[in-house]
Amino acid sequence: MVDQDINKKLDTVQMMVNMGPQHPSTHGVFRMVLAVDGERIVDVEPHIGYLHRGSEKLCEGEIYVQIVTLFDRLDYLSNLNNEMVFCRAVEKLMELEIPERAEYIRVILCELNRVASHLLFIGTFGLDVGAMTPSMYMFRDREKIQSMFEAVTGARMMHNYIRIGGIKNDVPDDFIHRMKSLIVELKKGLEEADKLLSFNEIFLARTKNIGTMSAKMAIEYGVSGPSLRASGVPIDIRKDHPYSIYDRFDFGIPIGEIGDCWDRYYVRLEEVRQSISIMEQALYQLPDGDTITPTRFLLRPPKGEVYVRGENPRGEIGVYMISDGTDKPYRVKVRPPSFCNLMTIKDLLIDTYVADAVVILGSLDIVLGEVDR
Amino acid sequence: MAEKDKAEEAIEPINRLDAKSIALQAMLPGIVSDFKVTINTAFDLVVVAVEPEEIKQICLLLRDNDETAFDYLLLLCVVDYEDYLQVVYHIYSTSLKHTLVVKTNVSPEEPSLESVTPVWKGADWYEREAHDLFGVSFNAHPSLSPLLLYEGFEGFPGRRNYEMPEYKEW
Repeated sequence: MVDQDINKKLDTVQMMVNMGPQHPSTHGVFRMVLAVDGERIVDVEPHIGYLHRGSEKLCEGEIYVQIVTLFDRLDYLSNLNNEMVFCRAVEKLMELEIPERAEYIRVILCELNRVASHLLFIGTFGLDVGAMTPSMYMFRDREKIQSMFEAVTGARMMHNYIRIGGIKNDVPDDFIHRMKSLIVELKKGLEEADKLLSFNEIFLARTKNIGTMSAKMAIEYGVSGPSLRASGVPIDIRKDHPYSIYDRFDFGIPIGEIGDCWDRYYVRLEEVRQSISIMEQALYQLPDGDTITPTRFLLRPPKGEVYVRGENPRGEIGVYMISDGTDKPYRVKVRPPSFCNLMTIKDLLIDTYVADAVVILGSLDIVLGEVDR
Repeated sequence: MAEKDKAEEAIEPINRLDAKSIALQAMLPGIVSDFKVTINTAFDLVVVAVEPEEIKQICLLLRDNDETAFDYLLLLCVVDYEDYLQVVYHIYSTSLKHTLVVKTNVSPEEPSLESVTPVWKGADWYEREAHDLFGVSFNAHPSLSPLLLYEGFEGFPGRRNYEMPEYKEW
């Protein structure tokens, strides 16, 4: 009798909470309007588009060699992977042969790019759950990779290094030597992060069984990459539809069990180890030879359309390109992995706590530049 | 004889199908026999052109049939060919690992299609994007509010006849 009265008096009211677009935990300009009942989220309205630059439309007005730079700017953490997928689309349509050495250097740098991206994820994900130290360690290691990129490509971020037909220039003479010492340092840094964060009591409490994504839901939404594999679906484009020279390497696909935030974190950490293994094998096999198949500056691929898939650190990036035989593509459409992964946010957030919203969003590892294009 | 061979070669579309796509190409006519479709190829993929009214039924059929099992939407996009808008669906099977392209044409005046969100949830934001940039309206879509553009934006910037506002320096 008394209890019922108390419940009536303590009846809660739904409240709207606005998160973003300028919020440090949204990893960019992403806005969510949360309807909360106390601490519990009952409804979510995600808003994107603050960074929409019309990259796909811009592609229609540029010649093929210029578009490579636009793909750099889609995703600031996986520039080389993005460049590579566009170059592969043009090469596929033109049926260009790429020199062996260029393929190897592409793979080494793309895997290095993946490592850099995942290291940043580990750091910022730690930051999302309140661990400061891993982010310092990971930024330190990522900086070493960035200076390696600077030595090879000439730029820290916007490389424009992978070109249609090969790569811009050969690597420096001490490349193999520097890579080997870099790999040793990366391995050491990764073990540090693993010991510091992965099985930390507080970290486990914040991430275990939070934001669980079932395999069925992930496939329905078209989730790809580590977020899909964390749900236990072993799909990796590098293995299932090997492109470039990925079929020559021996590497595993880490998968998770239930698809919670911790699984998504640990799959990425494990992927760094696999990427390092690929780099070691590629460095060992690295052949001599040319680095580019010469092509004309004004490329005119034959008429036709092509869809190319590639494995980006965030998931599966696809390029659908239609050529009308002129020097500019008729249409370029990107399948942005972050866009599909972010679509699940509504289903993941409903019935969780506000404090977990930041963790779940962080675990998806999105880059808003690519979501909005 | 040689001349005839050459002429045939010239009109042959580029065909680089792999074993899975060839199997799919052979299997498809039996599965979609109830519908009015044309099966073609584009480089290394099989393309099915369908009528806009039947798009949802065909998608449902392709998803639920055990031989095709297309349970994963890779990409939904709109291509503006000036006379008509083409909506292109790239679909993939996570179990059988094959890919298919489904295409349908709609008129640019009042383009409208049945939404495929009940088939693949992942079509949601793609359809909103297509509605924003190309003005294609999808019936029975949960909410077609602007996604990439701001509220009250005029025109369809994805289309080829969209005139870019002139940039002025002040």
